[in-house]
Amino acid sequence: MDKTILSGNEAFARGAFEAGVKVASAYPGTPSTEILENIAHHYPSIDSSWAPNEKVSLEVAIGASFGGARALCTMKHVGVNVAADPLFTLSYTGVRGGLVLIVADDPELHSSQNEQDSRHYARFAKVPMFEPSDSEEARAFTRLAFEASEQFDTPVMVRSTTRISHSKSIVYPQAPVEGLPAPSLARDPAKLVMLPGNARKRHYFVEERLAKMAEWSCAQAFNRIEKGKGDVGVITAGVAYQYAKEVLPEAHVLKIGLVHPLPKQLIRDFAARCKTLYVIEELDPFIEEQVRAMGIAVHGKDQLPICGELTPGRVAAGLLKKEIPQGHTPSETLPQRPPNMCPGCPHRGVFYQLNRLKAYVTGDIGCYTLGFMPPLSAMDTCVCMGASIGNATGISKVLPPEDQKKVVAVIGDSTFLHTGINGLIDMVYNGSTATVIILDNSTTGMTGRQDHPGTGYSLKGDPSYQVDLEALCRSVGVKHVYTIDPYGLEETRELIKREMERPETSVIITRRACMLHKRDLIQRKPPLFVDADKCTACKACLKLGCPAIKWNPSAGTKGQAEIDKLICVGCEVCMQVCKFGAFGVCDEN
Amino acid sequence: MKTKVQNILLVGVGGQGILLASEVLSEVLMLSGHDVKKAEVHGMAQRGGSVVSHVRYGEKVYSPIIPEGEADILFGFELLESYRYLPLLKKEGQVVASDLQIVPPGVALGKESYPEDIPAKIKAAFPRSRIVNAMALAQQAGNMRTVNTVLLGALSNLMDIPEGAWNQAMHNRVPAKFLEENLKAFALGRQA
Ligand code: SF4
Ligand code: SF4
Repeated sequence: MDKTILSGNEAFARGAFEAGVKVASAYPGTPSTEILENIAHHYPSIDSSWAPNEKVSLEVAIGASFGGARALCTMKHVGVNVAADPLFTLSYTGVRGGLVLIVADDPELHSSQNEQDSRHYARFAKVPMFEPSDSEEARAFTRLAFEASEQFDTPVMVRSTTRISHSKSIVYPQAPVEGLPAPSLARDPAKLVMLPGNARKRHYFVEERLAKMAEWSCAQAFNRIEKGKGDVGVITAGVAYQYAKEVLPEAHVLKIGLVHPLPKQLIRDFAARCKTLYVIEELDPFIEEQVRAMGIAVHGKDQLPICGELTPGRVAAGLLKKEIPQGHTPSETLPQRPPNMCPGCPHRGVFYQLNRLKAYVTGDIGCYTLGFMPPLSAMDTCVCMGASIGNATGISKVLPPEDQKKVVAVIGDSTFLHTGINGLIDMVYNGSTATVIILDNSTTGMTGRQDHPGTGYSLKGDPSYQVDLEALCRSVGVKHVYTIDPYGLEETRELIKREMERPETSVIITRRACMLHKRDLIQRKPPLFVDADKCTACKACLKLGCPAIKWNPSAGTKGQAEIDKLICVGCEVCMQVCKFGAFGVCDEN
Repeated sequence: MKTKVQNILLVGVGGQGILLASEVLSEVLMLSGHDVKKAEVHGMAQRGGSVVSHVRYGEKVYSPIIPEGEADILFGFELLESYRYLPLLKKEGQVVASDLQIVPPGVALGKESYPEDIPAKIKAAFPRSRIVNAMALAQQAGNMRTVNTVLLGALSNLMDIPEGAWNQAMHNRVPAKFLEENLKAFALGRQA
C-alpha cells in the first residue's frame, strides 16, 4: 500500500494491526468508537470485542498482556474515570506483552458531559503518554507505543482529541511487525500480585522508569525541533502543533510527541535559544506548568483559552491579538438546529409521558439524554454513565414521601449494563422507592448503534448470549419488573404512573428497537398524514417534538400540523396524542 | 512559490450524507497529488443537528480545520445551514449550495421562522455564488439519493481537477451498484 487517506481512528487501528496486537477491547464512546470498529472490520486477526464498560475492557487487555500478547484498549476521556482503578495499579505491575490505552479527549464537548484533559491521568497514574498531531502520527505513534511499552515494562497511553480522531489526512501504511514472541503462561507473582509488600518495591521501579523515559525521550525522533527564523519559540503537542504552524509559521517549534514524562533537557536546550516562548496546548496548562516549574518563563494560558477547542483563529487572537475574522454575517437571528431524537424513536413517547406526569427524572448518558430538549423537557439531572439510578436513590432519601414518588431514573440498555446495574443492586439493597425505566432499544444508539451484552451479538456481529434484563433485575431483588412497548402511549403512562406510586423499587423496561438499528428490526410502515378538515390547530402533537411533524402557520385559518412523508416512519405515536382523530395513514404504494 | 492552501467548508443537516460527499472530495484531491486534510465532528450532530465538514488541500496543510474567515468555497447541502456559515467565508469567496430547505425544530413548532429569500441574500453578499436545484437533477439522474453527487458536480466546476480524477474517486468511494447513477448525477451537476 502506497498512501491512503485515513481518519485518526482508522490510523490508530492500522497502527495496532502493524504492531501485532492480538487482543483489543473497548466500550464505545465518541470520539473513540471507530478505532475498535475499524479493527473488527479490517483486521480480523485481532480478537476485538466490546466490553460492558471501560474498566472491564482495560482488565481484558491487562489479561492478554499478562499472557504475553500485545493488547489494545480504547475509550473516551470520561471512560478513564471508570477504568482508573485498574490503570493505576497496572502502572505498578507493568506488562508482559505491550499494552496501549488510547484515550480520546473531546475539547469543546462536541459530544460529552465534561472537558477533562487525560494528560493528568497519565501523570497521576505515572504512565507515559504519546500525543499524535495527525493521522500518520496516529499510526506511527501507536506502533511506537507498543515498542516503548515492552522496552520500559509499562502500559502506555496515547492521547487523541476529536480533531485527531475525526479528521482525515494522508497516511503511509507499513508492513506489520514480525517475530513477536508467542503468548504463554509465565508466573511472576512478585511483579503481578500487587500486595503491599510487592507493590512497595514496584513503586521505586515506577519512579525510576519515568526518569529513564524522560531522558530517553530527549533523543527520540518523535520529539523534534523545527528551526524557524527570529527568536520566538513554541512548545506544542497534538493538534495544537498544527494551529501553531498555521499561525506562527516563522517560529522555532519544539514539537513534543511524548507528553508525559516531558523531555526536560530538550526543553531546557530549546528554551535557551528563544527569547519569547509560547506553550500552545489544548485544554489545561499541562506542559506549561511543568515548564514553568523548571524555572523557564513562558506564555500560554495567560493568552490562550483553557475552555474549549483551540482553532487557528483563537490561537491568533490570543497570541497575536488579531481579531477573529468574520465574513458576511446574516442580520437576522437564525433558528438553531439542535440534535433531536429520530422520527419514530421509541424513547419519545416515554419522555412525553414523564413530562405529563411531572416526574422528576434523573437522567443518564445516551440518545435519551435528548429527552432534556424542548418540547419534551423531561430530564432533570445527568451526570455520568450509570449515575441515574444512584442519583434517584440519593435524592429520594432526602425528599418528603410525596415528592419521593416523583423520582424516576431513566437509563438505556447499554448504559444499564455498563454501570447502571450496580446502582440497581444498591437501590434494592437499601430499600429505595424510586422507579427505574430501562429504555431498551436493543443497541448503543448514541455512539452509532454498537452491540452490547444485551443485544445477543458481539462486535464482529457473531451471535452470542443475550442478557435477559428482566431476569437480571429480578435476580438482584427487584420484585416489580414490567416490560412494555413504548409505542403504546396510554399503557406506558398508566404503567409508569402506577409504579411511581409504589413504595418499593420497581423497574419498567420499555422495549422497542432503535430506528437506526443495524439488524432490520424496524418494520417500515406507511407514513401518516394530517387531515386538514379535522386538525383543530390545538398543537398537541407538536409536544412530541417529532422531526417529521411541522407546523404550517399559513394553512387553514389558524394554521395546521403537517407531516413530512419522507421522514415519517409511521410509528403512530402522534396519532394517539391527537384528540380529534386528525391523523390518518397514507395509502401504501 | 508554494501553492496556497484552498479551503472548502461543507455544511448541512445530519443525515444528509455530507460525510460521504467529503470523502469523495478528499479522495479526488489526494489522487490529484495534493496534501489533504478533512475534519468533522460525529456524535450528537448526526441526529438532525447541523453538520460541518472542513476540507483543506494544497502543497502542505497544517490545521485540519479551516481558519476562521478563510473558507474559499462554502459548499452547502441545505439553505439555512449555508446561510448560517457565511461568516466563515472569505470576502471574495463563493457559495455552491442546494436550494433544499429542511426546517429546524423551532420552525416546525411554529416558534421561529425560516429566513426568507436566502438565495438572494447569499448572492448579494457573494455575487459569484450558485444555488442549484439539486433535487430535480438527482431525480433526472434516476435516484433522489444522488443529490450530493449532483452538488459535487456543480462544485467541480470551480476546481481545477480533471473530470477523470473525479470519476476515479467515485469508483473508489461509491458502492458499485450505485456507481452508474452517481456518475450520471455528477455529469448533470457539472453542466448545471
Ligand atoms: S438513534 Fe435510535 S435511540 Fe437514538 S434517537 Fe434515533 S431512534 Fe432514538
Ligand atoms: S407517525 Fe407521527 S410520531 Fe411517528 S414518525 Fe410519523 S409523524 Fe413522527
